Amino acid sequence: MPSYVIAEKCDGCKAQDKTACQYICPHDLMALDREKMKAYNQEPEQCWECYNCVKICPQQAIEVRGYADYIPLGGNVIPLRGTDSIMWTVKFRNGVLKRFKFPIRTTAEGSVDPYQGLPAPDYSKTKQPGYFCYEAKKG
Amino acid sequence: MEKETCTFSYCQKPEAVEVETDFLIIGGGMAACGAAFEAAAWANPKKIRVTMVDKAATDRSGAVAMGLSAINTYMGGNKVEDYVKYVRNDLMGIIREDLVYDLGRHVDNSVHLFEKWGLPIWKKGDDGFSLDGFQAKDAGKKMLMDAADDTEREKLVVRSGKWQIMINGESYKVVVAEAAKRALEANRQATGIAQNHFERVFITRLLLDANKPNTIAGAIGFSVRENKVYVFRAKAILLVPGGCVNVFRPRSIGEGMGRTWFPVWNSGSGYAMGAQVGAEMTLMENRFVPARFKDGYGPVGAWFLFFKAKATDSNRDDYCANKEYIEDAKKKYGKYVDIMGTTIRNHLMMEAMIRGKGPIMMWTNEAMDVIGKQFKEKLGEKEGAKKLKHLEAEAWEDFLDMTIGQVGMWAANNIEPDKVPSEIIPSEPYLLGSHAGCAGFWVSGPGDIPGTPKEWSWGYNRMSTVTGLFMAGDTCGASGHKFSSGSHAEGRIAGKSAVAFILDHTDFKPALKEKIDDLVAEIYMPFEMYEKYKTYSTAPAVNPNYVMPDQFQKRLMKIADEYFGGCGTWFKTSRTMLEEGLKRLQLLKEDSSRLAASNLHELLRCWENYHRTITAEAHARHILFREESRYPGYYYRADKDFIDDDNWRCFTNSKYDATADKWELKKVPYVQLFQ
Repeated sequence: MPSYVIAEKCDGCKAQDKTACQYICPHDLMALDREKMKAYNQEPEQCWECYNCVKICPQQAIEVRGYADYIPLGGNVIPLRGTDSIMWTVKFRNGVLKRFKFPIRTTAEGSVDPYQGLPAPDYSKTKQPGYFCYEAKKG
Repeated sequence: MEKETCTFSYCQKPEAVEVETDFLIIGGGMAACGAAFEAAAWANPKKIRVTMVDKAATDRSGAVAMGLSAINTYMGGNKVEDYVKYVRNDLMGIIREDLVYDLGRHVDNSVHLFEKWGLPIWKKGDDGFSLDGFQAKDAGKKMLMDAADDTEREKLVVRSGKWQIMINGESYKVVVAEAAKRALEANRQATGIAQNHFERVFITRLLLDANKPNTIAGAIGFSVRENKVYVFRAKAILLVPGGCVNVFRPRSIGEGMGRTWFPVWNSGSGYAMGAQVGAEMTLMENRFVPARFKDGYGPVGAWFLFFKAKATDSNRDDYCANKEYIEDAKKKYGKYVDIMGTTIRNHLMMEAMIRGKGPIMMWTNEAMDVIGKQFKEKLGEKEGAKKLKHLEAEAWEDFLDMTIGQVGMWAANNIEPDKVPSEIIPSEPYLLGSHAGCAGFWVSGPGDIPGTPKEWSWGYNRMSTVTGLFMAGDTCGASGHKFSSGSHAEGRIAGKSAVAFILDHTDFKPALKEKIDDLVAEIYMPFEMYEKYKTYSTAPAVNPNYVMPDQFQKRLMKIADEYFGGCGTWFKTSRTMLEEGLKRLQLLKEDSSRLAASNLHELLRCWENYHRTITAEAHARHILFREESRYPGYYYRADKDFIDDDNWRCFTNSKYDATADKWELKKVPYVQLFQ
């Protein structure tokens, strides 16, 4: 289900050195047309519909149109990702609407302090089971 | 055709950036993030440099990029031994039990850390109903890490199966990546190096040491953003770029080609690059054919296990209970049919379909009806309806967290799963070692588990047969069912072990065998080809001098599908079909030197598809070597359609000699460690 960019809404993330969608796409699909200053999906048939470009776009300029192979027109799935939860609006072809809100994280973005409160490694155990902060289970 | 070389007569020569490090992590997914976290903890006080190189942005790279709705490997109150037995059963009796046990005894700590870092984990409410991560926090439910013991943890979590726990996992990877990135930054500060996290750099090839035989020394790749090639030198490398997708022709061949079950960007790079330096592979014949909701590839696990939905053929019969199919299967596959693992359930589904009894429908609506009635009986009309609504949201979240396209598919077809059933189908083959498959490399085990043959451990846990080259997640073979948490846990095991290796080899100074200029020319060859010939024809895509990456990939997919047992032949192949396919694959391999790219994205796709080709060859050669059908429902040797434990309950290992372009295969005895 390839992502597409709504021409009117996309501003090419002009304030940054690269667009948000280019930054995030796991398969390097989003490209910027420098003449038009608009982003586009350069290889829709390699799109996994992971929605990461949709979720990250600061202009909400990216949506997904169901794969031409098998998806009838008219449905739509739109996320709105906040800092701690995500809201989804699902529009069916027949007009039925469903809305959901789910938690996404319980800590503030950027707050992870990975080694806080964990012990220093014991170098006598580099070749034994267990991690620096955990003894392996027995049985 | 005449051999071409890249002399930069037509394309621009890129800058070669040389990076010195001690431990290089290739990949950015769960295993890579686990390795960065654990390795940096051991490395920082010793000033050992840890570097991660990811072809994408680590926040959303790897198989968890979209998110997940469950963590599939969590021991909790279960016994680690029982996990080993479950994995052995599902992978048809052949696994490295030392590796699986080792993973099982470690994995829970990764899950506990995920929750501490911010991943919302469902908890059981006092009324027995589930609470999402926020509700659990509000209700004062303990974090798993803070619980007294595993008995208490088991009571806290919401199980959707014996080994699975439910999460609110939209940002699962973001949270795990954040910890890994912080760990790398701590390492960068401890060691005083300029940069140790490279995003958008695609590694194409591993490099061996010039002086020490069979020893890893570095890796080379290119930036997909600017004209730069990166050469890394390292004492130890962890190779974790994921599994292999889009090597077989998928069921959707137009725009939908990318709507695969496993992520489409998993290009077999780990299998290909490890094979090319001669690391021994194991069970590369293994594959996974996921039966999923048709076209959208939405997960069926929660519907089967959590909501107790039934699937039937078009006569409304349970194909898994069909006497005719089962008796026939028992004649061929014996005792494995009784275990009724994933392969056998796939097989029975296909038995119904090939008899014209499709479509296979999952009765999601009936399952929801049953649950609704139970809720109302238990809680009364009003409260029951409220709980049912919550449950409906949970069911949708299962998809929105990890397979959003399935929701789009249902919305466009006016399918509400609580009102109508949905079609399921066995999809196409995937190669992987982390999910319900066990393809990968032969590695050294932990060495401390009683009964393990001595030759299964050669000093460093998860090290391959190439000195200094480590594996985890999808690249560590014969040990599937790790899933996301297990891949992270195994990355940590390998990361710790790699630091132990580095501490033992402080004097080792990696030196590259090859000249950097030659390697750079090899990487940019597709640019040279394109620029040299692009004006020969009026439409650059059709040109007799070169092949574009998408064209190359379609040729590979056609060979794999038609000759190596893809969905086009109902997963059936044979010695003669494999041999014919391998002839065609050889020509494709030769033509890989004529891959052409007009931009950096196409250069990425050229190299990814080259990696897919080597992976496909390993897969086909292993299927050819194993003269039985060990994994019915995933593939069939139609000329050997039986399981033969007497001769083939063994590992099948291979070694590729890249210089001579020759594969050697052998049997390695299977040893059962847990009764």
